[in-house]
Amino acid sequence: MNSISARRPLWHRIRPWVWIAVLIAVYLWAFNGLNFEGVQSTAKSVSLSILNGFMHPDWDYVYDPEGEDLLRGLLETLTISILGTFVSAFLCIPFAFWAAANMSKLRAISGTGKVVLSVIRVFPEMIVAILFIKAVGPGSFAGVLALGVHSVGMLAKLYAESIESIDQGPSEALTAAGASKLQVLWFAVLPQVIPQFFSYALYRFEINMRSATTLGLVGAGGIGTPLLFALTSRNWNRVGVILLGIIILVILTDLISGWIRKKIV
Amino acid sequence: MSANTNQASPVIAAPPRYKRYATWALFLALIIVCSIQTEVTPYQLIRGLPQMGFLLGEMVPPDWSYLPKIWEPMVETIQIALVGTMLGGLLAIPFALLCAYNVTSNRWVAMPVRLILNLVRTIPDLLFAAIFVAVFGIGPFAGMLAILFFSFGLIAKLTFEAIESIDPGPLEAMTAVGANKLQLIVFAVLPQAMPYYMSYLLYAFEVNVRAASVLGLVGAGGIGLLLDRSLGLFRYDRAAIIILLTLAVVLVIDYASTVVRRKLL
Repeated sequence: MNSISARRPLWHRIRPWVWIAVLIAVYLWAFNGLNFEGVQSTAKSVSLSILNGFMHPDWDYVYDPEGEDLLRGLLETLTISILGTFVSAFLCIPFAFWAAANMSKLRAISGTGKVVLSVIRVFPEMIVAILFIKAVGPGSFAGVLALGVHSVGMLAKLYAESIESIDQGPSEALTAAGASKLQVLWFAVLPQVIPQFFSYALYRFEINMRSATTLGLVGAGGIGTPLLFALTSRNWNRVGVILLGIIILVILTDLISGWIRKKIV
Repeated sequence: MSANTNQASPVIAAPPRYKRYATWALFLALIIVCSIQTEVTPYQLIRGLPQMGFLLGEMVPPDWSYLPKIWEPMVETIQIALVGTMLGGLLAIPFALLCAYNVTSNRWVAMPVRLILNLVRTIPDLLFAAIFVAVFGIGPFAGMLAILFFSFGLIAKLTFEAIESIDPGPLEAMTAVGANKLQLIVFAVLPQAMPYYMSYLLYAFEVNVRAASVLGLVGAGGIGLLLDRSLGLFRYDRAAIIILLTLAVVLVIDYASTVVRRKLL
């Protein structure tokens, strides 16, 4: 036993410990660097009142015949994410063909397409949202554009992967029969990838639904704006009912979209 | 023989045409209703385009002299992500074990814990941040808590799915020789699930750096606060340098984390 461990190189024996030491150092640095002084002394009472607000939601806010209410806010959130997904599902098709390796002869073309997509992907959508707010003014339009542009990064990558995994048979057959590039695309490539495109778009719709609930926090429309007002005016009963509404909406859209996705594929 | 081949490839009747048309018509109607509801029309997009061009024009050239000033908030952003990810990840371990049916055989325990996890995952990170800012006041502590809860939901879900897919052999062997639950977990579950857990932790860190960079928009610390301020003061050249630095940091962390994750799995 001893002889075996002695034969192992020193570096192999100490390597786990070196990694642990590095990790501990990093975390000590991070903990020390954060300044937690601003914590309010009222935190406990506020948490209790939020819990209380959850227990006694402001049911009157759910439907108000005139003016702002929960249902209208949730509906706006839903429409923002539907439209945002719709915009990106079409916007990303050219990007997908650009980034798919089997759609262009030159490796460099699909390579640059992939780089462009990963840059779009890492761009946080809230930053996109506030840029669009500055450009087109606050409201749901900025939210739709933000979701539409941000989703292209992920959606086009998934689309490109499904284009790359198609069966080459039909394309070759059509090319052999003298079809033009466009005809090959229309009759051989698209029919194979359309179901997957729909499935991915629905998946992205689920993600966009969650994002759309937060867009209002920066002023890009949806339920986030009334939530921010309720939070800043410390109307915890209203915060409770809005959060409940968001949770129910997200769960419902997840269920419906999952059901449709199962039917498509 | 010929009868057999006939049976093997029956002619699939194409779905009636009207069905396809009806689906498309419904889909289009949904989009149109949505765009009327939120007043999002192509006309608005065209009207907003010059403004967008102006905005981009103002961003060039970025204000490079601002770079030293934003370095510290950027470091704080990374620290928030580091601490939040680690604490969320630690909290996720017991919950993941409680959720996994092959570790917790009692469904009356596992089901409620799963329900809690699902509820936590319906709430986006920025929403958590807005709530925690209301509770604990403006500052990085609220942001760290938001990251903590968000990564807890993410890591716990991915990890419990990994635990459920481990090889049952060691589990059965340990149960057969009379190991208790704790021994089972330490010697049979953790060694198998650890690489996956570490990989998910890194993945969550990637996502969290992106999330932490916008937490400041709701007052929860990090670089987002400066971005919000620069945009509010119409200093688009400063906003541009903040966005560029955020992109650079996110890209570097994404790349590093992908390399490490590939080594882990």
